[in-house]
Amino acid sequence: MAEIVDIEAKGLNFYYSGNVHAIKDVNISAYKKKVTALIGPSGCGKTTLLRCYNRMHDLYPKNRYEGEVIFEGRNILGKDIDIISLRSRIGMVFQKPTPFPMSVFDNIAYGLRLKGIKNRGELSERVEKALRNAAIWDEVFGKLNVSAYELSGGQQQRLCIARALAVEPEIILFDEPTSALDPISTGKIEELIVELKKNVTIIIVTHNMQQAARISDWTGFMMLGELIEFDKTEKMFTAPNEKLTEDYITGRFG
Amino acid sequence: MIQKRNPIDLLFSVITAGASFMVILLVIGIFAVLMKESSLSIERFGFIKFIITNEWNPVTEVFGAAASIFGTMVTTAIALMIAIPIAIGIAIFVTEIAPDFMKGPIGAAIELLAAIPSIIYGMWGLFTLAPIMSKYIEPQLQKYLGNIPLLGALFEGTPMGIDLLTASVILSIMIIPFTASISRDAFNLTPSVVKESAYAVGATQWEVVRDVVLPYSKMGVFGGIVLSLGRALGETMAVAFVLGNNHQITASLFNAAATITVTLANEFTEADKDVYLSSLFHLALVLFMMSFIVLAAAKFLLFKAERRSNV
Repeated sequence: MAEIVDIEAKGLNFYYSGNVHAIKDVNISAYKKKVTALIGPSGCGKTTLLRCYNRMHDLYPKNRYEGEVIFEGRNILGKDIDIISLRSRIGMVFQKPTPFPMSVFDNIAYGLRLKGIKNRGELSERVEKALRNAAIWDEVFGKLNVSAYELSGGQQQRLCIARALAVEPEIILFDEPTSALDPISTGKIEELIVELKKNVTIIIVTHNMQQAARISDWTGFMMLGELIEFDKTEKMFTAPNEKLTEDYITGRFG
Repeated sequence: MIQKRNPIDLLFSVITAGASFMVILLVIGIFAVLMKESSLSIERFGFIKFIITNEWNPVTEVFGAAASIFGTMVTTAIALMIAIPIAIGIAIFVTEIAPDFMKGPIGAAIELLAAIPSIIYGMWGLFTLAPIMSKYIEPQLQKYLGNIPLLGALFEGTPMGIDLLTASVILSIMIIPFTASISRDAFNLTPSVVKESAYAVGATQWEVVRDVVLPYSKMGVFGGIVLSLGRALGETMAVAFVLGNNHQITASLFNAAATITVTLANEFTEADKDVYLSSLFHLALVLFMMSFIVLAAAKFLLFKAERRSNV
């Protein structure tokens, strides 16, 4: 099956607060309806790279991008891009569950309401669909009006995934989504990610190499802000081209 | 070998404990004095009846706190109505919108505003604000709002500038810094990752403030408002200059009035009869209780807000 490029970084450089060079000339593609994992030791820039895709860095002063990230034929780093609509096309799930201080239903409906959907029936329908797709509907359908804080950590994280799904994005960015969860919740999230790629493109940052091996189709290995190697996951974990990659995945450092 | 406890250490504990217990004793002592000194008035007028009696007449020796309580509550309420939106606006700007280089100077300006002694606000109010109010602002209010049924009653009479409205404006200026800095601290407790999550589903800056930051910090902000309320209740000097000290309850904000604190400050020197003096203490007791209740409520809310943000 031919791989279609969904989002592509070209010669991407990123600087924190004006001078810390965190991403160095990275070229990487994420393929449509595939899972792309970013691995590497702490501080290698994988999360920084992930946050370039939805311009999260724009929230903080003096951050600077160079190069291009091409999505749907346009450079999303351009000044003329509407970041708000970009972020509703490229969703994000964070390291820790981040429910909003409102009910389960309102958490999911939030992004939909921002898009101007007010019709109660349509909202209910799409909230249910998102919760089903995030494999949490069976656990929360009786609790839609309780505060999202009353769910367990693993449920909250799936709620956040449902929230990202509700606006029907093209791509979802996962930033170590299971690092704060127990093994059972982690397993559920991993199954869910594999399920999700039927409909969306996924880019996931993970510390856990087994996780990358289990769920991803493509893997990028980063170190010190550079992309050392990028290839199909089975190739990366069995016969990598680079010595550094091999050392890392065999646990010789990092 | 196990040694005896170091006597210096023991002394240290005793001194710090003594200093702390002194505060509790002081509060109890002040309360006791207020109770004792006001006993004559409580006996003569009754605690509840004193609060609801409108008359304050040193000649006939009939005293009631209602007019002073009314003045205190009205000036405080209007001051809060003016101050809260401005203070929250400042806090939102400083925490969420202002670029870094502006945060420092604005924060410093807020703290300076809080540091100005209230007597200076009073003088400024009398010589600058009162004339501005009577010449420009109050006639305009009368012109545009004076004919609306019910609401118009608030703006009746001759705009003198020495009245409830001017006092409320001064009070609001005094409490803005408190409300703003406590709200700012409360906003800063909102975890940035939750704000990022809202941005990540396509929220704008205003939507993040409205849907995430404000709900997250509402208890803290509310606590800040109640602390400001306590401050407004007790403020004397700034209000004394521009309120006119007239014991009456009227609908119009353009009338002179009295607050509890202003009555106390003005009349202690004139209290020549025992029951007059006792009634002033009684008035002080009422204020003490009002402030106590307000402060206790604020502490409780702030405590709850802190506990929630630790989750």
